[in-house]
Amino acid sequence: MFALVGAAEAASTLDLLRLAPPGWGAGLLWGLWNSVMISLGAFGLGLVLGTGGAFGKLYGGPVLRDLLAVYTTVVRAVPELVLILILYYAVTDAVNQILLSFGYARIQISGLAAGIAVLGVVQGAYATEVLRGAIQAVPAGQIEAARAMGMSPGLLARRVTLPLMLSNALPGLGNLWLIATKDTALLAVVGFAELTQATRQAAGATKAYFTFFMAAGLLYLILSIGSGWLFAMAERRARRGQPEVRG
Amino acid sequence: MMLFTRAFWQPHRIIMALIVLGIVIWSAATLRWDWLPKYLPQAVQGIWRTIWLMLASLVLGMMLAIPLGLAQAVGPWFLAWPARAFCTVIRGTPLLLQLWLLYYGLGSLFPQIPWIRQSDLWPILRQAWPYGLLALTLSFAGYEGEVMRGAFKSVPKGQLEAAKAMGMPRFTMLRRIWLPQAVHRVLPTLGGETVLQLKATPLVATITVVDIYAVASRVRQDTFLTYEPLLLLAVVYMAITGLIVLLFRWFEARLPSRVA
Repeated sequence: MFALVGAAEAASTLDLLRLAPPGWGAGLLWGLWNSVMISLGAFGLGLVLGTGGAFGKLYGGPVLRDLLAVYTTVVRAVPELVLILILYYAVTDAVNQILLSFGYARIQISGLAAGIAVLGVVQGAYATEVLRGAIQAVPAGQIEAARAMGMSPGLLARRVTLPLMLSNALPGLGNLWLIATKDTALLAVVGFAELTQATRQAAGATKAYFTFFMAAGLLYLILSIGSGWLFAMAERRARRGQPEVRG
Repeated sequence: MMLFTRAFWQPHRIIMALIVLGIVIWSAATLRWDWLPKYLPQAVQGIWRTIWLMLASLVLGMMLAIPLGLAQAVGPWFLAWPARAFCTVIRGTPLLLQLWLLYYGLGSLFPQIPWIRQSDLWPILRQAWPYGLLALTLSFAGYEGEVMRGAFKSVPKGQLEAAKAMGMPRFTMLRRIWLPQAVHRVLPTLGGETVLQLKATPLVATITVVDIYAVASRVRQDTFLTYEPLLLLAVVYMAITGLIVLLFRWFEARLPSRVA
């Protein structure tokens, strides 16, 4: 019964998904593009923060280690929605305070930059834990051998630790990427025009809720299944030459 | 507790604790907290609603996750395929989208159907929280169903064969051997999943359910304060998370960790 009603409704409203202006398809695709851009930026920023955090947690001094522990604990204990609001206002305020103190005018920070910065800080906390575990799984003998060869810490990280830990880290990083793509939806709450927000606007204007939310769901699904496939391929490539883990 | 040992209180940690204390005193003294007494009853009710939503969706979601995991692990294809599709769709789309699909979609569909409007359930279906609870439950079931699939598969075959050799009926086998061992394997990850579920609850504020997040938003609208309600909100969530972590630690310590 519901399925029938839903299907009938969907058939009559499918025209609304057309790309040309009477349809809202172009808006959805633009939202998807924004979502992907924010995810990529946040994931990249998270990787940078996470690599620094992981090395800091493993090889840093006691103060640095404790500070990083506070960072990862707090970020993982507070909902992303709350963090996004706090960081958004805090970052905007801080930038404007600095600008004002140097005699410049206030600026409005773009939603894209703010979204990337905020989600990147959140991703960084999770990436720290993933990469720390992956680095710890690198055989100690390999690192000791590199040290015995007189490699500097930077060279050691670049030639030995990072390539070896990649195969351990990729499954966790794949999960993080999926979380990044889905967390961009939270930016809809602060009114940024990514896919979920664009969908709600289109659905609200046309009252065709099922059509638009299902279409957006399909786009997200294609994104996540496609990138899952890419990560599986990358992992296979990173593991080449290593013995099979599963029997 | 590690917190009360001498090894924990190294000099740099004492300094850090003092800095944190200083920040707390500074924010108590200079930020505005005069709105707090007025909104306290609402806040308590909001916290209660958050916890209630989390617990209800955990229990209902787990009850759905067990058949989902079982169907994927050993079910025939006509059960395994839909279960796998369900888990993929739930895990592949944002919870916010699912929530809005259910609330706006079903919410606009139901009033058009006469027998639903006339049924006794209508006063409940007109409110927002059933849709929030449904979305949270389905989401948890999707994630946990995947975990349960792995757990069911990881129970050693010998255990099940032994039960079969004893002539146990299939359902007794599930109840006495398969399910307890699978749940035992899931327990260490369940604490983390519970925290994730807590962090998902503020999304229901976007469909007008008044949880603690919605109360904080209302304070922000009424008083034009930016940081104070948000900071309090963060502290509340951290406190609940700490409570969950302690509870699971206590719970795990009471369970035997060695499985045959």
